[in-house]
Amino acid sequence: MNYAFDFGVIWDNAGVLLAGAWLTFKISLLAITFGLIIGIIGAAFRTSENRILDGIALAYVEIIRNTPYLIQLFFIFFGLPNLGLKLSAEQAAIFSLAVNFGAYSTEIVRAGVQSIAKGQIEAGLAIGFKKLAVFRYIVLPPALANVYPALIGQVILAVLFTSVVSQIAAEDLTFAGDYLNARTFRSFEIYFTIALIYLAIVWLIKLLSFLVERRFFEFAKYRR
Amino acid sequence: MSSFEPQINAASTATLGTEPIIVAKDVEKWYGNGFHVLKGVSLTVNKGEVVVLMGPSGSGKSTFIRTFNGLEPYQGGSIEIDGIAIAHDNKGIELVRREVGMVFQQFNLFPHLSVLKNITLGPIHLRGMSPSDAEELGMSLLDRVGISHQASKYPGQLSGGQQQRVAIARALAMRPKVMLFDEPTSALDPEMVREVLDVMRKLAESGMTMVCVTHEVGFAREVADRVIFLAEGHLLTDTTPDEFFNHPKDERVKKFLSQILH
Ligand SMILES: Nc1ncnc2c1ncn2[C@@H]1O[C@H](COP(=O)(O)OP(=O)(O)O)[C@@H](O)[C@H]1O
Ligand SMILES: [Mg+2]
Repeated sequence: MNYAFDFGVIWDNAGVLLAGAWLTFKISLLAITFGLIIGIIGAAFRTSENRILDGIALAYVEIIRNTPYLIQLFFIFFGLPNLGLKLSAEQAAIFSLAVNFGAYSTEIVRAGVQSIAKGQIEAGLAIGFKKLAVFRYIVLPPALANVYPALIGQVILAVLFTSVVSQIAAEDLTFAGDYLNARTFRSFEIYFTIALIYLAIVWLIKLLSFLVERRFFEFAKYRR
Repeated sequence: MSSFEPQINAASTATLGTEPIIVAKDVEKWYGNGFHVLKGVSLTVNKGEVVVLMGPSGSGKSTFIRTFNGLEPYQGGSIEIDGIAIAHDNKGIELVRREVGMVFQQFNLFPHLSVLKNITLGPIHLRGMSPSDAEELGMSLLDRVGISHQASKYPGQLSGGQQQRVAIARALAMRPKVMLFDEPTSALDPEMVREVLDVMRKLAESGMTMVCVTHEVGFAREVADRVIFLAEGHLLTDTTPDEFFNHPKDERVKKFLSQILH
């Protein structure tokens, strides 16, 4: 082995890497936020008595979960302009990731909703809440608490998935790596560093999720 | 004494025994599987009355009182709460439900909300109360059921008896005209039954109209104005506690009493 490591290339191009990391973080955060909203609505549809709403949500989940994400991304970025919907690479990245995360989180949140005892819903109805308010105030918070670990696992997968958006030239962290690699051929140093930055981003999200759990799901400790 | 009690008194004791507030006529219900659970049950409850509903397990007691607040739809007959008809399919039921409190066997407190927030949720969102007014009301009700010192705890941190008292306070926070109890002490350890019955007794004394499914004989004897007996979807007797327990006429009531009185 006579490869001479030179991490100087990283310091020289820190600006490019940081810009990529920032875009990865931003895309992740926005896609997860929108995707979670989609997932909550999807779970409400999936558990509603209305068969049409249930059917729509089920079809959405089936299509997204049984096709490759890369194809979804290409469809949205290259296919939708044929219908007149032209998105920038960054917008297409956020949109496709939100739609993708939305399908997975629909199923996770649905499992949480179904874990809530019928008596909880009846207690809410008996007070005089309408079904939607029962869902919002009474069912959803403990449902999310019940599936929180699974949801965080899916969030982390979504962050890692973002590296695929470099394929449509969204200038994320992976794109920055490819760009530097093509110019410097310092593949080991570059991809090693990129991997570390992904790790740091995931840890940051884990930390945030831990804080959210402590703030909102403290009650789960006392449940029997 | 809480600011809440005089209001009930004013609303009800003046008219005790004269003004009907629950009027159920010939109520018929089939479950989805075709089971005929209520076979023409009629019951009138007057303001301020305490009615205890007894009957063997599976006789339809829960189903019957759950038609009063539309947790169960029904197919025949009619039900009115304080003059408002309950539609068979429960359309527009939310407004009636606000006037009818219900206490469940399993408490059904909301685990993610503190004890106080369990109580204030309804008044804030459905009665348009400000959070501070709702909290004041909540604290006075918690005081009344004897657990104001637990207001900021989560339900999971309370004993069963305490949870059921919170559930009663939660129902009262909507200032209901009627309270329904579905075996409120059946899921409790024996040593906690009394604290819940004491709260119910005080509530009865304050003039609340109550329909209670319970097999607590002591409570029925001392607190009930009437005891009604349901068997296989029929209302068999509607009488005073003294008649019911001391001079039962119906064979099925006698058999039932021999079982619960051992
Ligand atoms: N959702 C349901 N579908 C079918 N049958 C039911 C349902 N709920 C209750 N039943 C039946 O109806 C009968 C009356 O039930 P219930 O009102 O709970 O009786 P009780 O409260 O007197 O024990 C029982 O035989 C029970 O099995
Ligand atoms: Mg029952």
